[in-house]
Amino acid sequence: MSDTPDPVVERDRSEAVASFEHHARGPLDRLQHFLHRYPTMVPVIVLVLSLIAFGLIAPNFFSAFNLSLIMQQVAVVGTLAAAQSLVILTAGIDLSVGAVMVMISVIMGRLSIEFGVPVPLAILIGLGCGLMTGGLNGFLVTRLKLPPFITTLGTWNIFLALNYYLSGRETIRSQTLDAEAPLLKLFGERFNLGGAVLTWGVVLMLVVFAVLWYALNKTAWGRRVYAVGDDPESAALAGIQTNRILMSVYMVAGFICALAAWSSIGRVGSVSPTSFFESNLESITAVVIGGISLFGGRGSILGPLIGAIIVGVFNSGLRLAGVDVLWQLFATGWLIIVAVAVDQWIRKISS
Amino acid sequence: MTEPLLTARNLVKRYGRVTALDHADFDLYPGEILAVIGDNGAGKSSLIKAISGAVQPDEGEIRLDGKPVSFASPLDARKAGIETVYQTLALSPALSISDNMFMGREIRKEGIMGQWFGMLDKAKMDRFAREKLTELGLMTIQNIGQPVETLSGGQRQGVAVARAAAFGSRVIILDEPTAALGVKESRRVLDLILDVRSRGIPIVLISHNMPHVFEVADRVHIHRLGKRLAVIDPKEHSMSDAVAYMTGAKVPEGVAA
Repeated sequence: MSDTPDPVVERDRSEAVASFEHHARGPLDRLQHFLHRYPTMVPVIVLVLSLIAFGLIAPNFFSAFNLSLIMQQVAVVGTLAAAQSLVILTAGIDLSVGAVMVMISVIMGRLSIEFGVPVPLAILIGLGCGLMTGGLNGFLVTRLKLPPFITTLGTWNIFLALNYYLSGRETIRSQTLDAEAPLLKLFGERFNLGGAVLTWGVVLMLVVFAVLWYALNKTAWGRRVYAVGDDPESAALAGIQTNRILMSVYMVAGFICALAAWSSIGRVGSVSPTSFFESNLESITAVVIGGISLFGGRGSILGPLIGAIIVGVFNSGLRLAGVDVLWQLFATGWLIIVAVAVDQWIRKISS
Repeated sequence: MTEPLLTARNLVKRYGRVTALDHADFDLYPGEILAVIGDNGAGKSSLIKAISGAVQPDEGEIRLDGKPVSFASPLDARKAGIETVYQTLALSPALSISDNMFMGREIRKEGIMGQWFGMLDKAKMDRFAREKLTELGLMTIQNIGQPVETLSGGQRQGVAVARAAAFGSRVIILDEPTAALGVKESRRVLDLILDVRSRGIPIVLISHNMPHVFEVADRVHIHRLGKRLAVIDPKEHSMSDAVAYMTGAKVPEGVAA
């Protein structure tokens, strides 16, 4: 039996008593906890405020036509943002989404027009190529352990070069598509919905988000995507095969980029190797404004949808108010900074 | 004496020129709390990693229920019923308690939604998680959907232990469970450990905290220089003896110096 206490023992016993009583919360604290609980509320609040503001200052802003026009304008970037969200949820980033999209649209167009491949088959090949581009990114990230930023910076350039090579830097004109491959323009077709004019591209975007919402929130795969993004070491120790999850995320992202490619042909009306040059960064913008943390594992998939719409609302509202285009960029820039600052603030709760 | 549940004989693990395990032995009996103590670098964690499947020993044999086993990964060990609560806890802070408890072994809904669309049975998982936490007296946690990062350190440890206890049918390994906790919270975790043992699940407790070890352990495995130096009964030895054995200042009776 021990009668002379060990110095180690003494020290341990004099440890401070852990205090985990809750302090009274101020309104700011409560807001922080609320936003921590419901991270999508940040973009929702921003969207509502901007709708009100532009409704007051911009004439005709609230017409069904204008609101549906905004949806048409954000359909392609919104779809890309869905792909980007998946990758960012795993604490990665995909700089290649835009280049993949343009390259796939060229592949679909060229195969149909130049090589006489039946259009549905050309589309299937294009979708398959999307999976493969994602597979390449995923392989580099999981097997060679390259950081996603560098990996996709590299593949961005590679896909851009392939895009120029495959297209011969030539645009396939709208008339040619109408005559030979109208199916490629499917997602640009409009339909009326009580005064609103929507395209199938808008529907595609909404469907992609709905499916991802289901997969991320209602399936084991989704929970694992969040866990891998949150803390990969913990996820691995908890028995998750993190590489398989990452691989699947990049492949699904590639596939969604291919869907966006199909949608983009309808939106532009032609197949152009130089279109959507800034869509990479626009997709990241939508994700960040949508409240998905760049550090992974946090945020709702519906946020980026709202984020994309917010950017569309700002652009449309400022244009209708007769403001110079440069202020659209200016506003978007501030939105990004504020969104990231809010994310940092929310994340402080855990420390 | 009853047969040991989990044994290891002559485990050797080398990392380059460093020998982390030098013909180490290990025995765990059913229903006991076995503490593993040793100085830093004595090879404790290599021993535990070998048993939990995180590293593969170069030589030696591990037996569970008398049958030789070899674990290629922690998943294999887990399938055999050996659950480990790591010092880092391996919880995903942003996910809910329920999500964390079922991480990697989620329950799907029955029928078409579950089979074809992979829909999770959240109600069932929440119910199970709540049951397990209540059993271990941890239901001061009000909301099973609460993210783990909003819990206190002791509560997080509780969730990790509850996860292991819920699924670890054979053996639970706890790596420094009280290292990051204050006095009050350590108290609760120790009670939790005793509670888990009372369910008949043997526990391997790795700890630096001698009072904690001496309070709950049935036997104390002293690891020194890559092998088992001795197993002592905490009722017959003092804490300072244990520390002296651990550091080589004293040699326990019956061990050749």
